[in-house]
Formats: sequence, structure tokens, C-alpha cells
Amino acid sequence: MAQATTEGTFAAAQPAPRLLRRGTRWGEMLVKGVMAAAALISVATTIGIVVALLTPAIDFFREISIIDFLTGTRWAPLFEPAGFGVLPLLTGTFVVTMWAMVIALPFGLGSAIYLSEYARPRVRKVLKPALEVLEGIPTVVYGFFALLFFTPLLQGIGVPLQVFNPLSAGIVMGIMIIPTVASVSEDAMHAVPQDLRAGAYGLGASRLQVATRIVVPAAISGIIAGFVLGISRAIGETVIVLIAAGNLARITFDPTKAIQTMTAFIASTGQGDVPTGSIEYKTIFSVGLTLFVITLAINIISIRLVRKYREVYE
Amino acid sequence: MSDATAPLTAAGVDRTRIRRGRAFHAFLLFSVAIGFVLLITLLVDVAIDGIPQLTWHFLTSAPSTLPERAGLRVAILGSIFLGLLLIAFTVPIGVATAIYLEEYANRERWYNKALEVNIQNLAAVPSIVYGILGLAFLVRGLEMGRVLLAGALILTLLVLPTVIVASREAIRAVPDGIRQGSLALGATQWQTIWRQVLPAAIPGIATGSILALARAIGETAPLLLVGALTFVSFNPTLLGPFTAIPIQIFQWVSRPQAEFKLLAAGAIIVLLIILLAMNSFAVWLRNRHTREY
Repeated sequence: MAQATTEGTFAAAQPAPRLLRRGTRWGEMLVKGVMAAAALISVATTIGIVVALLTPAIDFFREISIIDFLTGTRWAPLFEPAGFGVLPLLTGTFVVTMWAMVIALPFGLGSAIYLSEYARPRVRKVLKPALEVLEGIPTVVYGFFALLFFTPLLQGIGVPLQVFNPLSAGIVMGIMIIPTVASVSEDAMHAVPQDLRAGAYGLGASRLQVATRIVVPAAISGIIAGFVLGISRAIGETVIVLIAAGNLARITFDPTKAIQTMTAFIASTGQGDVPTGSIEYKTIFSVGLTLFVITLAINIISIRLVRKYREVYE
Repeated sequence: MSDATAPLTAAGVDRTRIRRGRAFHAFLLFSVAIGFVLLITLLVDVAIDGIPQLTWHFLTSAPSTLPERAGLRVAILGSIFLGLLLIAFTVPIGVATAIYLEEYANRERWYNKALEVNIQNLAAVPSIVYGILGLAFLVRGLEMGRVLLAGALILTLLVLPTVIVASREAIRAVPDGIRQGSLALGATQWQTIWRQVLPAAIPGIATGSILALARAIGETAPLLLVGALTFVSFNPTLLGPFTAIPIQIFQWVSRPQAEFKLLAAGAIIVLLIILLAMNSFAVWLRNRHTREY
């Protein structure tokens, strides 16, 4: 405000009109501050997640050594004597994820190649959003379908499945993830310059050769990023495995027998009324931390890969 | 390569090559089709079990331990309340964050770059982890208990990255000429954003927000940790226990009796109809208001 009075004294001597208002616009500053504060909420979320996971997990690792946790082969936190080896949950997650990927990777890539290289523009324009409908179906619906339709169907054709099994859950999840893999891969293929294709056709290559030997290699980092994103989604998926893959933590790679994944353990223990501060309560967070670290690592790899392919064609 | 020695057709192209091309084409078509086959099978399966369940009684009754009495009213109301709270929370925060990143932030600064990476990472955090966050801080930490507000807050954090990304895209699509014109006429930066940029970006923001909301309405995992009470027979309140349609489906699927599984199919139809309506509305909005600059 001191500025205003000095301006006043000069005004008599210099009558030229001022076009720019000097001084701080407090209102503008305030608005910018509010917007920045809103942006900080997402930072707070990340910090909140890390704190929420780490604090009880550190407590947990005071009681159970981290080596026993990571290498133990028996997961039975609610039983006597209790076992706190996370390996059964890790293998459970691995088996489901692997079967999901057996479906999602080839067919996701196939869909991407079809959309990018084979489909006419009009067909592509209809197919792409239609495929994404698969992603919009809630996972609880897929869980219902896997348990009550797909497992009986497979049993009907002679696959010796238990009622809860990772095979059926994994396959249904894999089909759900096809659009995720397809969409990221297709974006990468779409970014491959037309000249490369024209060059190959000019040398007499067939459409198959152009797709598999020119476009796919040129878009490979984007395709891998799509794969990685699909894997990350499969690892984090909860409800399908909770409903259809079972709740029995054990080390087995046989996809016909019930298992328990990390996510299913968290969900089934967390919905109950385990007392706050008990060791059972803390297991939710130690497993949650394991899951978070794995998906974070995978996601960082994926972001790197996407950035790498972006650098090539922009 | 064996291709070179294969017999040539009149056109000068060898047959193996054609055959391989066809086989590959068939594989690609199968890749695209498998998803649709699953989708159609799923819909037919659910429809057969679920449509007979859709009675007025089913839609308006409270849950019950007896399948013939159980209804979906409490879950439908829970999902509607969650949806309204979500709009109230996510849209202002999401749009404000998007405005900050697009209009104010200096992208060269490390903290703004970190902010962007952070939002990208949040979008990939498994939804169950958000449930853990809610369990630790809201349900147990603040001792809110498993209440509707806690569920809404956690779903808000879950879909916020999606809303931010969609709003940023909508704001970025507003041409710079509009901003510069406004600034040249003497408007302040905020006046420019509020009166020019935002009105032009609203259709895009609304479309993105509705799609994000539809995703949240179908979400089950985080609510299992924050909300899922086994049995709520009264209408939800802000600070009271609640249930939502996906949770109700999950509970019915998990019961051993076959009657409850049929009820689950009925509830799935209701959920899918709600989601279809929301998605169609979003697409309609986008098509109607898409402006070419």
C-alpha cells in the first residue's frame, strides 16, 4: 500500500495514464494457491499410502524377520502355530497372473496388429471402443462368470478343476485385460511412420511380413509397455481371484487347485474384524507393501519404456 | 528360406506365403473375436439367470437372510449416494489440479514434473491398496468406522487420477488463441480461465468425469476393506454403515445357496444397466459438444 501513496505524489507531475496495474493481485495469487493445494492432494495420497503401508509393516517386521517373511513357505497367520512366509501368496499371484498373460499377451498383440495394420479405418473406429467395453465391465461380474459359468464349463469338457481354481480365474481375467494390452500396443504401432511400411511393400513384402518384421519391431518398446501394464493389472486384480481362485494359501503351480493371491488375502482379512494392532492386522500391511512395491516397480519400468518409444518418433 | 524354392502361382507369388498370410489373418480375427465371444456369453448367462429376478419387490426390498425376501434397495441407494458424493469431491479437486498443471505450473520445475509422475503412478496403484489406505486412516485411524463417507473418500482418491488426466486433455484442447485473445482484452489469468477456458473445456471434463464415475460405481475391492458390512437392512446415511451394488453381488455370489447366486445375477443386470446408461450419456455428451477449432 506504500506504493500507492508514492504513485499518488508522482501522478501530479506525470499525468501519463498507466496501462499496467502494479502491485500484487491478491485474488489471482489466492486462486493459484487453491489450485496448487488441490494438486497437492494427489501428493498427499501417495504419502498417505506409503505411510499407511510402512508404519504397520515396520512393526510387523520387528516381530517377524523380513527374511522369514520373504523365504518362508507356510502362510497361516490365523492358525496356531502361525506361519508368516509370503511365498505361498506370491506363487498364488504368479500362477493366476501367468494364466492371464497366456491369454492377454498373444490375443492383445493380435488385436493390436489387426486394428493397426489390417482393419479398415471405419472398422477400426467401431472395433476399438467396442473392445474397450470389456474393460468397463466391473470385475465382480467377471468373478461371478468365472466361478459360475467358466469353471463348470471347463469341468464339463473334462478339465479336472476344483470349484475354486486359478486357471478359470486367470483365463477370464486375461480376456478382460486384452483391451489394455491392445490399446497401448496399438498406439505404439500407429506411431510407426508410414514410410517404413511403404518401403517394405516396395521391396515385395507381404502384409504379414510388414506387420511382424517391420511394425512390431519398430513399436517394440510400446508393445512391451502394454505387456507390462497388463501384468501389473493382473497382479493387482482382486475380486475375480477372491471369488473364483480360492482362499487357500499354499505353494502349488497346478492351476486346477485352489490357491490364494496377495490381493485375495488382503481383501478377505481386511473385511473381517481383526483387532487393530494385532499381528493378523499387521499382515494386511506387510502383504500390501509387498504388492505395492511389486506393482510400483513394474509401473516405473512401463513408464520408462513408453517414454523411450516416444523419443523415437516425436 | 524354403519360400524361395516353393512353386510360384501365375501371379508370381508362392502359395505358402498366401497360406501363411491367411492363417495369420485368421489368428488376428480370432484375437479380436475372443473378447466379444466372452462378452456375449457373459451377458446371455447373466440374462438367463438374472432377468426373472427383476421384480419390483427385488428392487425395493432390503437384504434378507431368506433369498425369497432379499432385495437390492439398500445397495442401490448406497451406490447412488456414493456416486453423488464422488461427483461432489472428485470434480472440483480433479479440475483444480488439471487447471494448476495446464495453466499455472511451470513444467521445467522439478516439483511439477514430480507431480505429473506421481499422478501417473497413482493411476497404476492396485485398487485394493486404496482400500488399505482407507482401512488404516479412515476406518481405524480416525475411527470413522465402516461408513459411507469413508467409502466415498477412498473412491474419490481412487478415481482422481483418471479425472485429472481427462480434465487436462479437455483443457489442453482449448486453443491458445482463445486465451491470448482474452488476455489481450485485459482479462486477468483467472478471468481467462474461468470465463473462456473452462466453459470451452466443460464437455470434455464432463465426459471424462462420468466415465471415471462409472468405473468407481463398479469398484468392489477397496469397498470390501472400507465398507462391506455383511448385513445392512436400513437405508444408508452419511456416517452410517452402507453397502453398494458390487458389494451386494459379491456377498450373494459368496453364499453357498443357489438362490442367492440367481439374486446376484439380477443385481449384475441392474449394475450393468446403470453403467451402460452412464457410459451412453458420456458418449452422447462428447458427440454433441465436440467443437472443432
